[in-house]
Amino acid sequence: MSLLPTPGQTVGPFFGYALPYEGSENLVPPHHPHAVRLTGAVYDGTGVPVPDALIEVWQADENGNIPTARGSLTRDRHVFTGFGRSATTRDGSYSFTTVEPGSINDTAPFFALVLFARGILDKLHSRIYLPQDRDALEHDPFLSVLPPQRRATLVANRQSDGSLHHDIHLQGDDETVFIDFS
Amino acid sequence: MMNASTKDDMTVSDQQQISSEISSRQEQYEMDRAGGAQVHNRTTLNYPPYRSSLLRYPTKDLHHADPESIELLSPAFGHNDVAEIESDLTLQHTGEPVGERIVVSGRVLDGDGRPVRNQLVEVWQANAAGRYIHKRDQHPAPIDPNFTGTGRTITDDNGDYRFVTIKPGAYPWKNHTNAWRPAHIHFSLFGNAFTQRIITQMYFPGDPLFPLDPIYNSIIDHDARDRLVANYDHDLTSPEWALGYRWDIVLTGPQQTWFEAEGDDE
Repeated sequence: MSLLPTPGQTVGPFFGYALPYEGSENLVPPHHPHAVRLTGAVYDGTGVPVPDALIEVWQADENGNIPTARGSLTRDRHVFTGFGRSATTRDGSYSFTTVEPGSINDTAPFFALVLFARGILDKLHSRIYLPQDRDALEHDPFLSVLPPQRRATLVANRQSDGSLHHDIHLQGDDETVFIDFS
Repeated sequence: MMNASTKDDMTVSDQQQISSEISSRQEQYEMDRAGGAQVHNRTTLNYPPYRSSLLRYPTKDLHHADPESIELLSPAFGHNDVAEIESDLTLQHTGEPVGERIVVSGRVLDGDGRPVRNQLVEVWQANAAGRYIHKRDQHPAPIDPNFTGTGRTITDDNGDYRFVTIKPGAYPWKNHTNAWRPAHIHFSLFGNAFTQRIITQMYFPGDPLFPLDPIYNSIIDHDARDRLVANYDHDLTSPEWALGYRWDIVLTGPQQTWFEAEGDDE
Protein backbone atom coordinates (compact mmCIF):
# COMPACT_ATOMS: atom_id res chain seq x y z
CA MET A 1 0.00 0.00 0.00
CA SER A 2 1.27 3.42 -0.86
CA LEU A 3 -0.52 6.44 0.60
CA LEU A 4 -0.22 10.01 -0.61
CA PRO A 5 1.41 12.47 1.79
CA THR A 6 -0.45 15.06 3.82
CA PRO A 7 1.01 18.34 2.54
CA GLY A 8 2.70 20.82 4.88
CA GLN A 9 1.68 24.41 5.56
CA THR A 10 3.51 27.36 7.04
CA VAL A 11 3.98 27.42 10.81
CA GLY A 12 2.59 30.99 10.66
CA PRO A 13 3.45 33.82 13.04
CA PHE A 14 1.76 32.65 16.24
CA PHE A 15 3.56 29.44 17.27
CA GLY A 16 5.57 31.13 20.02
CA TYR A 17 3.16 30.23 22.80
CA ALA A 18 2.62 26.69 21.50
CA LEU A 19 5.81 24.99 20.35
CA PRO A 20 8.82 26.19 22.39
CA TYR A 21 8.79 24.67 25.87
CA GLU A 22 10.89 25.03 28.99
CA GLY A 23 14.36 23.71 28.26
CA SER A 24 13.58 22.95 24.61
CA GLU A 25 16.90 24.48 23.48
CA ASN A 26 18.99 22.66 26.10
CA LEU A 27 19.77 19.13 24.92
CA VAL A 28 22.14 18.93 27.89
CA PRO A 29 22.28 21.15 30.97
CA PRO A 30 24.67 24.11 30.52
CA HIS A 31 26.99 22.73 33.24
CA HIS A 32 27.44 19.41 31.40
CA PRO A 33 31.24 18.83 31.17
CA HIS A 34 31.14 18.64 27.35
CA ALA A 35 28.39 21.18 26.75
CA VAL A 36 28.85 23.26 23.60
CA ARG A 37 26.76 26.20 22.41
CA LEU A 38 25.41 26.05 18.86
CA THR A 39 24.21 29.50 17.79
CA GLY A 40 23.43 31.42 14.64
CA ALA A 41 20.77 33.44 12.91
CA VAL A 42 18.29 33.06 10.07
CA TYR A 43 18.30 35.70 7.29
CA ASP A 44 15.88 36.44 4.46
CA GLY A 45 16.69 37.36 0.85
CA THR A 46 17.72 40.93 1.72
CA GLY A 47 19.82 39.88 4.70
CA VAL A 48 17.18 40.91 7.21
CA PRO A 49 17.00 38.65 10.29
CA VAL A 50 13.96 36.37 10.47
CA PRO A 51 12.46 36.81 13.97
CA ASP A 52 9.70 34.23 13.58
CA ALA A 53 11.50 31.02 12.65
CA LEU A 54 11.64 27.74 14.54
CA ILE A 55 14.68 25.48 14.33
CA GLU A 56 14.86 21.88 15.46
CA VAL A 57 17.96 19.72 15.72
CA TRP A 58 18.16 15.94 16.04
CA GLN A 59 21.51 14.34 16.63
CA ALA A 60 23.61 11.41 17.84
CA ASP A 61 25.32 11.54 21.21
CA GLU A 62 29.06 12.16 21.61
CA ASN A 63 29.83 8.53 20.81
CA GLY A 64 27.78 8.41 17.63
CA ASN A 65 24.91 6.52 19.19
CA ILE A 66 21.44 7.47 18.03
CA PRO A 67 19.26 8.20 21.07
CA THR A 68 16.16 6.06 21.56
CA ALA A 69 15.22 7.49 24.96
CA ARG A 70 11.90 9.24 25.33
CA GLY A 71 11.53 12.38 27.37
CA SER A 72 12.44 15.33 25.13
CA LEU A 73 9.58 17.33 26.62
CA THR A 74 10.19 16.50 30.27
CA ARG A 75 13.95 17.05 29.97
CA ASP A 76 15.12 14.68 32.68
CA ARG A 77 18.70 15.90 33.04
CA HIS A 78 20.14 12.40 33.12
CA VAL A 79 18.78 11.32 29.74
CA PHE A 80 20.10 12.51 26.39
CA THR A 81 17.25 12.41 23.85
CA GLY A 82 19.07 14.15 20.98
CA PHE A 83 16.23 16.57 20.18
CA GLY A 84 16.16 20.33 20.58
CA ARG A 85 13.91 23.19 19.51
CA SER A 86 14.71 26.92 19.42
CA ALA A 87 12.56 29.83 18.25
CA THR A 88 14.48 32.76 16.78
CA THR A 89 14.55 36.00 18.73
CA ARG A 90 13.96 39.53 17.48
CA ASP A 91 17.44 39.59 15.92
CA GLY A 92 16.81 36.31 14.09
CA SER A 93 19.11 34.30 16.33
CA TYR A 94 18.71 30.81 17.70
CA SER A 95 20.73 29.00 20.33
CA PHE A 96 21.19 25.44 21.56
CA THR A 97 23.23 23.96 24.38
CA THR A 98 24.22 20.44 23.43
CA VAL A 99 27.12 18.06 22.91
CA GLU A 100 28.86 17.54 19.59
CA PRO A 101 27.48 14.51 17.75
CA GLY A 102 29.91 11.65 17.27
CA SER A 103 30.46 10.02 13.91
CA ILE A 104 27.96 7.34 12.90
CA ASN A 105 29.50 4.55 10.78
CA ASP A 106 32.57 6.73 10.08
CA THR A 107 30.56 9.40 8.25
CA ALA A 108 31.16 13.11 8.84
CA PRO A 109 29.19 14.03 11.97
CA PHE A 110 26.34 16.54 11.71
CA PHE A 111 23.24 17.89 13.40
CA ALA A 112 20.11 17.06 11.37
CA LEU A 113 18.07 20.24 11.11
CA VAL A 114 14.54 21.20 10.19
CA LEU A 115 13.43 24.81 9.79
CA PHE A 116 9.98 26.38 9.89
CA ALA A 117 9.00 30.07 9.67
CA ARG A 118 6.24 32.44 8.79
CA GLY A 119 6.68 32.93 5.05
CA ILE A 120 8.08 29.42 4.51
CA LEU A 121 5.22 27.33 3.18
CA ASP A 122 6.64 23.91 4.08
CA LYS A 123 9.38 22.53 6.30
CA LEU A 124 12.99 22.82 5.12
CA HIS A 125 15.54 20.13 5.95
CA SER A 126 19.24 20.85 6.18
CA ARG A 127 22.32 19.72 8.12
CA ILE A 128 24.98 21.40 10.25
CA TYR A 129 28.30 19.58 9.94
CA LEU A 130 31.05 19.86 12.55
CA PRO A 131 34.04 21.76 11.16
CA GLN A 132 37.00 19.95 12.71
CA ASP A 133 37.38 16.71 10.76
CA ARG A 134 38.33 18.17 7.40
CA ASP A 135 39.21 14.80 5.97
CA ALA A 136 35.77 13.38 6.74
CA LEU A 137 34.12 16.50 5.26
CA GLU A 138 36.29 16.22 2.14
CA HIS A 139 35.26 12.62 1.54
CA ASP A 140 31.64 12.82 2.60
CA PRO A 141 29.55 11.47 -0.30
CA PHE A 142 26.88 14.17 0.10
CA LEU A 143 29.15 17.18 0.66
CA SER A 144 31.75 16.25 -1.94
CA VAL A 145 29.32 16.57 -4.85
CA LEU A 146 28.51 20.18 -3.90
CA PRO A 147 30.50 23.16 -5.22
CA PRO A 148 32.76 24.55 -2.42
CA GLN A 149 30.65 27.67 -1.86
CA ARG A 150 27.48 25.62 -1.45
CA ARG A 151 29.26 23.10 0.78
CA ALA A 152 30.35 25.90 3.11
CA THR A 153 26.70 26.70 3.88
CA LEU A 154 26.40 23.35 5.68
CA VAL A 155 29.48 23.52 7.91
CA ALA A 156 29.51 25.29 11.28
CA ASN A 157 32.26 27.75 12.24
CA ARG A 158 34.26 27.27 15.43
CA GLN A 159 34.35 30.46 17.51
CA SER A 160 37.28 31.47 19.70
CA ASP A 161 35.26 30.60 22.82
CA GLY A 162 34.83 27.03 21.53
CA SER A 163 31.19 27.41 20.55
CA LEU A 164 29.77 26.57 17.13
CA HIS A 165 28.22 29.25 14.91
CA HIS A 166 25.99 28.56 11.93
CA ASP A 167 23.89 31.08 10.02
CA ILE A 168 21.04 30.08 7.73
CA HIS A 169 20.38 32.14 4.60
CA LEU A 170 17.04 31.53 2.91
CA GLN A 171 18.10 33.22 -0.35
CA GLY A 172 21.05 34.99 -1.95
CA ASP A 173 24.70 34.17 -2.68
CA ASP A 174 25.06 32.34 0.61
CA GLU A 175 21.74 30.50 0.32
CA THR A 176 21.87 27.48 2.58
CA VAL A 177 21.61 24.07 0.95
CA PHE A 178 18.20 22.61 1.76
CA ILE A 179 17.64 18.91 1.36
CA ASP A 180 14.97 16.83 -0.32
CA PHE A 181 14.86 13.24 0.90
CA SER A 182 12.01 12.00 -1.30
CA MET B 1 9.39 36.74 -10.86
CA MET B 2 9.16 39.49 -8.30
CA ASN B 3 12.40 40.53 -6.65
CA ALA B 4 13.01 42.48 -3.48
CA SER B 5 12.93 45.95 -5.02
CA THR B 6 9.66 45.47 -6.88
CA LYS B 7 8.17 44.11 -3.69
CA ASP B 8 9.12 47.22 -1.74
CA ASP B 9 7.55 49.42 -4.39
CA MET B 10 4.42 47.36 -4.50
CA THR B 11 1.29 48.78 -2.95
CA VAL B 12 -0.86 46.42 -0.94
CA SER B 13 -2.83 44.16 -3.27
CA ASP B 14 -6.55 43.64 -3.09
CA GLN B 15 -8.38 40.32 -3.11
CA GLN B 16 -9.03 40.54 -6.85
CA GLN B 17 -5.31 40.75 -7.56
CA ILE B 18 -4.50 37.84 -5.24
CA SER B 19 -7.36 35.74 -6.62
CA SER B 20 -6.18 36.35 -10.16
CA GLU B 21 -2.63 35.28 -9.21
CA ILE B 22 -4.06 32.16 -7.57
CA SER B 23 -6.18 31.27 -10.63
CA SER B 24 -3.43 31.83 -13.16
CA ARG B 25 -1.18 29.39 -11.26
CA GLN B 26 -4.05 26.96 -11.01
CA GLU B 27 -4.78 27.15 -14.74
CA GLN B 28 -1.12 26.71 -15.62
CA TYR B 29 -0.92 23.60 -13.42
CA GLU B 30 -4.02 22.11 -15.01
CA MET B 31 -2.62 22.76 -18.48
CA ASP B 32 0.66 21.15 -17.47
CA ARG B 33 -1.21 18.16 -16.09
CA ALA B 34 -3.22 17.81 -19.29
CA GLY B 35 0.12 17.83 -21.12
CA GLY B 36 1.30 14.90 -19.00
CA ALA B 37 3.13 16.70 -16.17
CA GLN B 38 3.40 15.00 -12.78
CA VAL B 39 0.98 15.56 -9.91
CA HIS B 40 2.27 18.04 -7.31
CA ASN B 41 1.57 16.32 -4.04
CA ARG B 42 3.50 18.85 -2.00
CA THR B 43 3.16 22.48 -1.08
CA THR B 44 4.79 25.01 -3.41
CA LEU B 45 7.53 26.94 -1.59
CA ASN B 46 7.76 29.66 -4.24
CA TYR B 47 4.20 30.97 -4.19
CA PRO B 48 4.11 34.79 -4.65
CA PRO B 49 0.38 35.24 -3.78
CA TYR B 50 1.56 34.53 -0.20
CA ARG B 51 3.54 37.77 0.05
CA SER B 52 5.56 36.80 3.13
CA SER B 53 7.17 34.02 1.10
CA LEU B 54 8.81 36.36 -1.45
CA LEU B 55 12.03 36.84 0.48
CA ARG B 56 11.89 33.54 2.33
CA TYR B 57 11.51 30.73 -0.19
CA PRO B 58 14.70 28.91 -1.30
CA THR B 59 15.54 30.11 -4.82
CA LYS B 60 17.84 27.18 -5.53
CA ASP B 61 16.52 23.68 -6.10
CA LEU B 62 16.40 21.54 -3.00
CA HIS B 63 19.37 19.20 -3.08
CA HIS B 64 18.50 15.53 -3.16
CA ALA B 65 20.27 13.50 -0.49
CA ASP B 66 20.00 9.94 0.69
CA PRO B 67 19.12 10.17 4.35
CA GLU B 68 21.79 9.15 6.84
CA SER B 69 20.89 6.74 9.62
CA ILE B 70 20.06 9.53 12.11
CA GLU B 71 17.52 10.95 9.66
CA LEU B 72 15.88 7.54 9.20
CA LEU B 73 14.91 7.55 12.87
CA SER B 74 12.88 10.02 14.87
CA PRO B 75 13.22 11.68 18.24
CA ALA B 76 11.16 9.57 20.64
CA PHE B 77 8.35 10.87 22.76
CA GLY B 78 6.30 8.90 25.25
CA HIS B 79 3.25 9.12 27.43
CA ASN B 80 5.43 10.49 30.22
CA ASP B 81 6.14 13.53 28.07
CA VAL B 82 2.52 14.61 27.87
CA ALA B 83 -0.24 14.63 30.47
CA GLU B 84 -3.55 13.10 29.40
CA ILE B 85 -5.39 16.35 30.06
CA GLU B 86 -3.30 18.26 27.51
CA SER B 87 -5.43 16.84 24.68
CA ASP B 88 -8.51 18.64 26.00
CA LEU B 89 -8.20 22.34 25.20
CA THR B 90 -11.48 23.11 26.97
CA LEU B 91 -10.18 22.09 30.42
CA GLN B 92 -7.20 24.38 30.82
CA HIS B 93 -8.96 27.09 32.82
CA THR B 94 -11.55 27.30 35.56
CA GLY B 95 -14.42 28.13 33.21
CA GLU B 96 -15.68 26.74 29.92
CA PRO B 97 -14.42 28.44 26.75
CA VAL B 98 -16.94 30.15 24.49
CA GLY B 99 -17.72 28.58 21.13
CA GLU B 100 -18.71 25.39 19.39
CA ARG B 101 -17.20 22.41 21.25
CA ILE B 102 -15.68 19.86 18.84
CA VAL B 103 -13.80 16.57 18.85
CA VAL B 104 -10.99 16.26 16.30
CA SER B 105 -9.69 12.74 15.88
CA GLY B 106 -7.89 10.63 13.32
CA ARG B 107 -5.08 8.24 12.57
CA VAL B 108 -1.46 9.01 11.76
CA LEU B 109 0.00 6.61 9.17
CA ASP B 110 3.22 6.31 7.24
CA GLY B 111 3.28 6.05 3.45
CA ASP B 112 2.95 2.27 3.65
CA GLY B 113 -0.18 2.54 5.76
CA ARG B 114 1.46 1.54 9.04
CA PRO B 115 0.41 3.41 12.17
CA VAL B 116 2.78 6.03 13.56
CA ARG B 117 2.72 4.92 17.19
CA ASN B 118 3.61 6.76 20.37
CA GLN B 119 4.58 9.94 18.64
CA LEU B 120 3.98 13.55 19.54
CA VAL B 121 1.13 15.59 18.05
CA GLU B 122 0.98 19.29 18.97
CA VAL B 123 -1.83 21.69 18.04
CA TRP B 124 -2.49 25.40 18.40
CA GLN B 125 -5.32 27.58 17.18
CA ALA B 126 -7.30 30.80 17.46
CA ASN B 127 -10.34 30.97 19.76
CA ALA B 128 -13.96 30.98 18.56
CA ALA B 129 -13.69 34.69 17.73
CA GLY B 130 -10.59 34.23 15.59
CA ARG B 131 -8.11 35.58 18.14
CA TYR B 132 -4.82 33.98 19.19
CA ILE B 133 -3.49 34.38 22.70
CA HIS B 134 -0.12 35.27 21.11
CA LYS B 135 0.94 38.77 22.13
CA ARG B 136 1.59 39.82 18.53
CA ASP B 137 -1.97 39.06 17.41
CA GLN B 138 -3.59 42.51 17.10
CA HIS B 139 -6.95 41.37 15.70
CA PRO B 140 -9.58 43.38 17.65
CA ALA B 141 -11.60 40.31 18.62
CA PRO B 142 -12.07 39.25 22.24
CA ILE B 143 -9.57 37.08 24.08
CA ASP B 144 -11.34 34.22 25.82
CA PRO B 145 -9.99 33.99 29.39
CA ASN B 146 -10.96 30.30 29.37
CA PHE B 147 -9.15 29.34 26.19
CA THR B 148 -5.41 29.26 25.49
CA GLY B 149 -5.62 27.21 22.31
CA THR B 150 -2.66 24.83 22.66
CA GLY B 151 -2.77 21.06 23.07
CA ARG B 152 -0.56 17.99 22.89
CA THR B 153 -1.05 14.26 22.75
CA ILE B 154 0.84 11.06 22.00
CA THR B 155 -0.58 8.72 19.35
CA ASP B 156 -1.71 5.33 20.64
CA ASP B 157 -0.74 1.88 19.36
CA ASN B 158 -3.06 2.29 16.37
CA GLY B 159 -1.59 5.68 15.52
CA ASP B 160 -4.82 7.34 16.68
CA TYR B 161 -5.02 10.79 18.23
CA ARG B 162 -7.96 12.71 19.71
CA PHE B 163 -8.40 16.32 20.79
CA VAL B 164 -11.34 18.11 22.36
CA THR B 165 -11.41 21.80 21.55
CA ILE B 166 -13.48 24.74 20.30
CA LYS B 167 -14.01 25.40 16.61
CA PRO B 168 -11.64 28.25 15.74
CA GLY B 169 -12.91 31.37 14.00
CA ALA B 170 -11.64 32.80 10.73
CA TYR B 171 -9.40 35.83 11.21
CA PRO B 172 -8.03 38.75 9.19
CA TRP B 173 -4.37 39.12 8.26
CA LYS B 174 -2.27 41.58 6.30
CA ASN B 175 -1.29 39.65 3.17
CA HIS B 176 -3.58 41.93 1.16
CA THR B 177 -6.56 44.20 1.78
CA ASN B 178 -9.49 42.32 3.32
CA ALA B 179 -7.49 39.09 3.62
CA TRP B 180 -9.06 36.44 5.86
CA ARG B 181 -7.69 33.01 6.76
CA PRO B 182 -10.12 30.09 6.60
CA ALA B 183 -10.64 28.59 10.07
CA HIS B 184 -7.85 26.13 10.82
CA ILE B 185 -5.98 24.24 13.51
CA HIS B 186 -2.18 24.13 13.31
CA PHE B 187 -0.77 20.60 13.63
CA SER B 188 2.85 19.62 14.32
CA LEU B 189 3.76 15.92 13.99
CA PHE B 190 6.71 13.60 14.32
CA GLY B 191 6.73 10.44 12.22
CA ASN B 192 8.83 7.30 12.38
CA ALA B 193 11.76 9.20 10.88
CA PHE B 194 13.06 12.76 11.00
CA THR B 195 12.45 12.90 7.21
CA GLN B 196 8.72 12.69 8.03
CA ARG B 197 8.62 15.71 10.36
CA ILE B 198 5.73 17.96 9.39
CA ILE B 199 3.92 21.12 10.42
CA THR B 200 0.64 21.78 8.66
CA GLN B 201 -2.91 23.12 9.09
CA MET B 202 -6.22 21.29 9.28
CA TYR B 203 -9.23 23.02 7.73
CA PHE B 204 -12.98 22.57 8.11
CA PRO B 205 -15.19 21.30 5.26
CA GLY B 206 -17.03 23.75 3.03
CA ASP B 207 -15.23 26.92 4.10
CA PRO B 208 -16.19 29.76 1.73
CA LEU B 209 -12.74 31.34 2.18
CA PHE B 210 -10.90 28.42 0.51
CA PRO B 211 -10.66 29.90 -3.01
CA LEU B 212 -9.44 33.24 -1.62
CA ASP B 213 -6.62 32.02 0.62
CA PRO B 214 -3.06 31.98 -0.76
CA ILE B 215 -1.72 29.67 1.97
CA TYR B 216 -4.30 26.95 1.33
CA ASN B 217 -3.88 27.35 -2.44
CA SER B 218 -0.09 27.04 -2.26
CA ILE B 219 -0.90 23.34 -2.55
CA ILE B 220 -1.57 23.57 -6.24
CA ASP B 221 -3.18 20.16 -6.75
CA HIS B 222 -6.84 20.03 -5.79
CA ASP B 223 -6.74 16.49 -4.40
CA ALA B 224 -3.60 17.22 -2.39
CA ARG B 225 -5.20 20.39 -0.98
CA ASP B 226 -8.29 18.40 -0.05
CA ARG B 227 -6.17 16.18 2.17
CA LEU B 228 -5.93 19.08 4.65
CA VAL B 229 -9.70 19.30 5.04
CA ALA B 230 -11.27 17.29 7.86
CA ASN B 231 -14.51 15.35 7.33
CA TYR B 232 -17.53 15.89 9.50
CA ASP B 233 -18.09 12.50 11.16
CA HIS B 234 -21.40 11.94 12.89
CA ASP B 235 -20.02 8.80 14.58
CA LEU B 236 -17.51 11.03 16.35
CA THR B 237 -20.20 13.45 17.39
CA SER B 238 -21.28 13.05 21.01
CA PRO B 239 -24.98 13.53 21.80
CA GLU B 240 -25.76 16.73 23.68
CA TRP B 241 -22.06 17.56 23.82
CA ALA B 242 -19.77 18.04 20.78
CA LEU B 243 -19.54 17.76 16.98
CA GLY B 244 -16.94 15.37 15.58
CA TYR B 245 -14.40 15.92 12.81
CA ARG B 246 -12.15 13.19 11.47
CA TRP B 247 -8.77 13.95 9.94
CA ASP B 248 -6.23 11.27 9.02
CA ILE B 249 -2.63 12.23 8.41
CA VAL B 250 -0.03 10.48 6.22
CA LEU B 251 3.66 11.10 6.88
CA THR B 252 5.79 9.91 3.99
CA GLY B 253 9.57 10.04 3.76
CA PRO B 254 12.23 7.36 3.99
CA GLN B 255 12.55 5.53 7.30
CA GLN B 256 14.53 2.69 8.80
CA THR B 257 12.49 -0.51 8.71
CA TRP B 258 14.20 -2.59 11.38
CA PHE B 259 11.28 -2.28 13.78
CA GLU B 260 9.33 -4.79 11.66
CA ALA B 261 12.00 -7.43 12.19
CA GLU B 262 11.54 -7.01 15.94
CA GLY B 263 7.95 -8.23 15.66
CA ASP B 264 6.69 -4.79 16.56
CA ASP B 265 4.35 -4.61 13.60
CA GLU B 266 1.12 -6.47 12.90
